[in-house]
Amino acid sequence: MAETNKKVHFIIERQDGPNSSPYTEEFEVDYRPALNVVASLMEIQKNPVTKDGKKTTAVVWECNCLEKVCGACMMVINGKAQQACAALIDHLEQPIRLSAARTFPVVRDLMIDRSVMFESLKRVHGWVEVDGTWEVHNDAPRQNPKTATTAYEISRCMTCGCCLHACPNVNSGSEFIGPSAVAQAHLFNLHPIGEYQKDERLEALMEPGGVTSCGNSQNCKEACPKEIKLTDYIAKINREVNKKALRDLFNK
Amino acid sequence: MKKKIIVVGGGLSGLMATLKICEAGGEVELFSYCPVKRSHSLCAQGGMNACMDTKGENDSIYEHFDDTVYGGDFLADQTAIKGMCDAAPKLIKMFDRMGVTFTRTPEGLLDLRNFGGQKNKRTLFSGSTTGQQLLYALDEQVRAWEVKGAVKKYEFWEFIKIIKNKEQICRGIVAQDMNSMEIRAFSAETVILATGGPGMVFGRCTASTICNGSAVSAVYQQGALIGNPEFIQIHPTAIPGSDKNRLMSEACRGEGGRVWVYKDGKPWYFLEEMYPAYGNLVPRDVASRAIYDVCMNQKLGINGENKVYLDLSHIPADYLERKLGGILEIYTEFVGDDPRKVPMQIYPSVHYSMGGIWVDTKHNTNIPGLMASGECDYQYHGANRLGANSLLSAAYSGTVSGPEAMRWAKLGEKGSDLTDGELAKAAKECQDEYNAILKMNGPENAHQLHHELGDLMNKYVTIERVNKDLDYCFDEVKKILKRWNNIGLTDTGTWANQEAMFTRQLRNMILYALVVTKAARMRDESRGAHYKREFPNRDDERFMKITVVEYDKATEEPKINYIEFDHSLVKPRARNYAVAKKE
Repeated sequence: MAETNKKVHFIIERQDGPNSSPYTEEFEVDYRPALNVVASLMEIQKNPVTKDGKKTTAVVWECNCLEKVCGACMMVINGKAQQACAALIDHLEQPIRLSAARTFPVVRDLMIDRSVMFESLKRVHGWVEVDGTWEVHNDAPRQNPKTATTAYEISRCMTCGCCLHACPNVNSGSEFIGPSAVAQAHLFNLHPIGEYQKDERLEALMEPGGVTSCGNSQNCKEACPKEIKLTDYIAKINREVNKKALRDLFNK
Repeated sequence: MKKKIIVVGGGLSGLMATLKICEAGGEVELFSYCPVKRSHSLCAQGGMNACMDTKGENDSIYEHFDDTVYGGDFLADQTAIKGMCDAAPKLIKMFDRMGVTFTRTPEGLLDLRNFGGQKNKRTLFSGSTTGQQLLYALDEQVRAWEVKGAVKKYEFWEFIKIIKNKEQICRGIVAQDMNSMEIRAFSAETVILATGGPGMVFGRCTASTICNGSAVSAVYQQGALIGNPEFIQIHPTAIPGSDKNRLMSEACRGEGGRVWVYKDGKPWYFLEEMYPAYGNLVPRDVASRAIYDVCMNQKLGINGENKVYLDLSHIPADYLERKLGGILEIYTEFVGDDPRKVPMQIYPSVHYSMGGIWVDTKHNTNIPGLMASGECDYQYHGANRLGANSLLSAAYSGTVSGPEAMRWAKLGEKGSDLTDGELAKAAKECQDEYNAILKMNGPENAHQLHHELGDLMNKYVTIERVNKDLDYCFDEVKKILKRWNNIGLTDTGTWANQEAMFTRQLRNMILYALVVTKAARMRDESRGAHYKREFPNRDDERFMKITVVEYDKATEEPKINYIEFDHSLVKPRARNYAVAKKE
């Protein structure tokens, strides 16, 4: 069958370290059904030789779960930030171009440093404040199943960073915290106990780089691999922030 | 002064232990080779078992306990299991307070679903991404402690080994920064390993690429005993793939999914026929063996391939969306078919290790000062784990190991503190080993060698085990161990060198493969996930014992022993899912 000889052509943007200049290398990987980008990179690891037969180093990238839950393997594939494990070769135009999501500092090759996203979760008080892990001999409050469904949608956010990469307002010249952290603030505000810290979260998002830095380009919603309605939740937070600003004004 | 504890691994168990230590006034240095929020616990889909008894079934904690003992084919410490089942409902309430988005009933209470090996609805769930939600809850709570200064995270640091003081008590670790490649020694009052399972020893499996068992193998080589390593769970329903087998949760069957193949031109629901009492909800070892038999022996797999149908297409689509949305998305994404409309095609895959580091009921290993909890330990599941008991054992074990670590830190016989000289020496040993790896310039490729290891282990040490094949496999793995010396690195760089780190992990994986293979070879009976046609029955007289494996430095091979364990609460009885467990 002709298929057995079919090759997949990659053009990969590489970079040896955070301060090195990027360069590209091209690779060919044997095609097989259901092949995805991570599996292709694994094949390159087994034999790191470029398309022209030059020996090189294995491409460096980050991955864990390979089923689009952990968020690790986000990279830019043919111009779009996405999870490499779920990027099936059959759905991609060749040559397939891979590069790091440069909204974040590049560590090496396709690997990026997303620690800023975890820091942002600290900024927005991204947790429900509980007294402790011990028993309190009290059930947690009931929740409206519809509210719980909304919360579930947001809580699937895997901190991959696609939304930050797609957002024109997240860049080195802006302090914008980005869509995912704003949505997370809304998630904790939805919880009957988490709601008690709603003011702290809103205050954090009233600071520079908060929700007002959103330019409403709506790219994030398109980019989210989990189809979280980010713009809806940003809008909700925005309304809450405005209400709180008014309230604060009157209470002064 | 605050007591400093090192926790290695930031999955459910490591994070739970971390919280308990912080609450007890300790300080944690938390090591993980990925951001803890990306740990493998998040791949657990179906749910977490706890007796809530909110479905009018008169469920009881005793029933949960008995199902777990019976499901594990009477090879787990019964007092330990009892502690876990007692704690389960309390843990669920804790997670609920923390904001886990559990799926709810119309009246706003926590919903329950069916799971394998249990007749009552006992599995709490959050759609079909329960592990992700539970992990995130603990990740958030640990972040709060991080802000308060009680937790210092070392993410993208790889654990290399433990450091013992002159009294042979574990008092620290050596770890490596995965970007700068700096190797550093850290001291602590005590160390908890919560490093997860060894799935990558089998190459393609349902585990994340980070689940390589390397840390477990490292401490095994430093004298930690391994318990029951031959018990490897093969999950019946995964999507076979060349890079990984993607799990299709047992929740599919819990929500009414049926397993079948064509026989004589008609659908044959073989699990329902073979096991009328439990049907599609037999435990995983039983279902996997049946699927294996139907495909391999009866040659009835779909189109002659090793696949069977897992069918949800008779269930209303909106119900499926609510209960199983996350995994239906995985199937649609990776296979291209819509499980709401056509039956899925699945096959068993290596999934979980019941075995691991031997621990006592407080999660102390045999090395004083070293503790283990979560999938990396051997406790709770015996010869076969029930679905939805892993999130439970992961979380619960952390509630035991954390406080015990603090008790040890305050009252234990810890011997002398590590001196600067001892710390420097330990770091230098690891540095020398690492430098030697960087210099390796033979013809073998580490990733290729790993692929071969996985092929061998998958072929010979999974569903059906044959003694002569296990002997062959053991010899072949030994050859791979030799060939490891002939690896050549393509990358000798000093920044984010993944290949060098993988090469170090690979040696640990190979040595652990020997442990699993040898332990399987020596257990001449069939029990839970361990099945030998040559010895088709459970042999309680000879083998109702824990396998304990010790590393022999001279030969680099495992030494197998058996020890007694606590089974004082329920008497062993035959395990048969064709009939109801009791009257």
